[in-house]
Amino acid sequence: MVKYVPVLLILIIATGMAAVIIILSRFAKNRRPTREKLMPYECGVEPVGTARERQSVKFYLVAMAFLLFDIEAVFLVPWAVVFRGVVQSEAYRHLKYVFYGEMMVFMVVLFVGLVYVWRKGILEWNR
Amino acid sequence: MWQEKVLFIVFAVIAIASALNILLQRSPLYSALSLIGTLLSLSALYLTVHAQFIAAVQIVVYAGAIMVLFIFVIMLLNVPKDQPQIEKQKGLRYLAIPFAGLMIAEMFYVLRPIRLTTLPIQPGNAEQAVGTTWSIGTALFTDYLLPFEVTSVLILMALVGAMVLARREGD
Amino acid sequence: MTNLLLEWVIKTIVILLILVTAVAYVTLMERKVMAWIQMRVGPNRVGLGKFRLWGLMQPLADGLKMIFKEDIIPLQANQWLYVLAPALSLIPALMTFIVIPYGSQITLFNHTIELHVTRMNVGLLYVLALTSVGVYGIVLAGWSSNNKYSLMGGLRSSAQMISYELALGLSIVSVLLYTGTLDLVEIVDAQGGFHGLAWNIFHYPLLILVFIIFYIASLAETNRTPFDLPEADSELVAGYHTEYSSMKFVMFQMAEYLNLITASSIATTLFFGGWNGPFVGRLPYLGPVYFTVKVLALIFMAMWIRYTVPRFRYDQLMRFGWKFLLPASIVNIIISSTAILFMR
Repeated sequence: MVKYVPVLLILIIATGMAAVIIILSRFAKNRRPTREKLMPYECGVEPVGTARERQSVKFYLVAMAFLLFDIEAVFLVPWAVVFRGVVQSEAYRHLKYVFYGEMMVFMVVLFVGLVYVWRKGILEWNR
Repeated sequence: MWQEKVLFIVFAVIAIASALNILLQRSPLYSALSLIGTLLSLSALYLTVHAQFIAAVQIVVYAGAIMVLFIFVIMLLNVPKDQPQIEKQKGLRYLAIPFAGLMIAEMFYVLRPIRLTTLPIQPGNAEQAVGTTWSIGTALFTDYLLPFEVTSVLILMALVGAMVLARREGD
Repeated sequence: MTNLLLEWVIKTIVILLILVTAVAYVTLMERKVMAWIQMRVGPNRVGLGKFRLWGLMQPLADGLKMIFKEDIIPLQANQWLYVLAPALSLIPALMTFIVIPYGSQITLFNHTIELHVTRMNVGLLYVLALTSVGVYGIVLAGWSSNNKYSLMGGLRSSAQMISYELALGLSIVSVLLYTGTLDLVEIVDAQGGFHGLAWNIFHYPLLILVFIIFYIASLAETNRTPFDLPEADSELVAGYHTEYSSMKFVMFQMAEYLNLITASSIATTLFFGGWNGPFVGRLPYLGPVYFTVKVLALIFMAMWIRYTVPRFRYDQLMRFGWKFLLPASIVNIIISSTAILFMR
């Protein structure tokens, strides 16, 4: 627990750095706002329509698929960390293949999910 | 140690303040950002009970994947910020407060037997602690094997369900 | 306790100073490498007073110029988020460097100093967590600029980042199968045999494939070519940082180069032995030198790839990430675990 205090430390220092940079640019006294500078940039023409139009639903599908495979990766991490110790130790000798097989079952089920998403064409176009 | 208590209190206050902020913001994007703040302070709270793996996973999965999903959805749907809040049934407000009070009372009743004096995990017995990588790794595949395999099926269900629901209109 | 705190503060400040200088000179390195690959010379004039100094003062000049540029905030932009987004991009990029070991131990003024700021037993997961949080700066920058191109660029860039984050995480899992620990200091210490040459990539040759997947995924994660469509100048204007100027733009650029340095540092730590090398036991100061050389070699390789290979189209990019890299990393996990199960 004590070892995690540097995380807080560097968070505070990095936030301080970012704040200093922003304040520095705010006080550089070089602000001459004109109408063109304040408009949204659209390659030199007048902007057409607002920026808040509906985007495609494919981004939602990517984020959903990412979430589920991320959960799978998170289950894989403790398994991977413990795997070598279990497989090469004497105490768990009877569990060797079971340990390996359990995770293979898990991964096969999720691979089926990937194949489903693939065949449904969700990984096509925009992606 | 007083340092741990101070850190706990600081992060607990930040978590509660961010959680309140979720309710008080008008724009859904600001609420989502406050939720991210709550999750980050929850992760720090997990660290105060020496559950480092859970703290890291909280950020990777919850703050890094689920909230990204939320933010994508908020940006895709483009809810205008100043839509007037339409409250269809005003009477429900007077029903909600007693129910919330009932729930809080129930929480207190359930949590009363827990002694809040010492932290159960001392740095000495961290090997048997809950929430470290080794303990989760061994426990997950020996004692909790069935929930683990069921989780894989659950994730598959969620994947298939999300794809089916989202594609029905735009095929 | 205060001794420990002081040590942390000093180490953190030293690392941050080195990092900021490193970022500045990596930009110079990028321009020089780009120039030499394109058969020209690159910046070689900015020096001190009369001395040319081969253009080594160029980053300083660029930095000063950027501070004095006009800081435009578009009228319709969401003010608070617009200013928050570059900070959200920069801060996680800076925070990774406290868990990376730069050397073993040196003795300075009668104190033994370990050359890493802190030693977490979930160090690698901490790095992955910071990578996940790094997506927010980009997506919020795209949204808050109130510009169609920024929004599209931001959404596409973040969708790309999360897709390749999966391959990154799964290739890290492959490495974990061999190392058995998430602690970066322990991972590097275990690569010290054979006169400092028992790097993971020599000891476990299957890791070469994993390294290739990791490297490609980290190039896509940091939005570098060939995966930089969302921010390429000829595509969506400049993507998510179209509307940014002056120091906020500098923060985005710093964050991008810091992410590149982070990815190279993690790759050296996991695959190439970190600070290990010949004679490190006798001269502990050689540790950071070896580390720097390896990280610079990987950064050079990234730049080399950038100026050699054309860009992917966005759908090709996503297809590559989901249909090739993700199954490849899963297959790698299966192969590595089978190898450990049967051959040891």
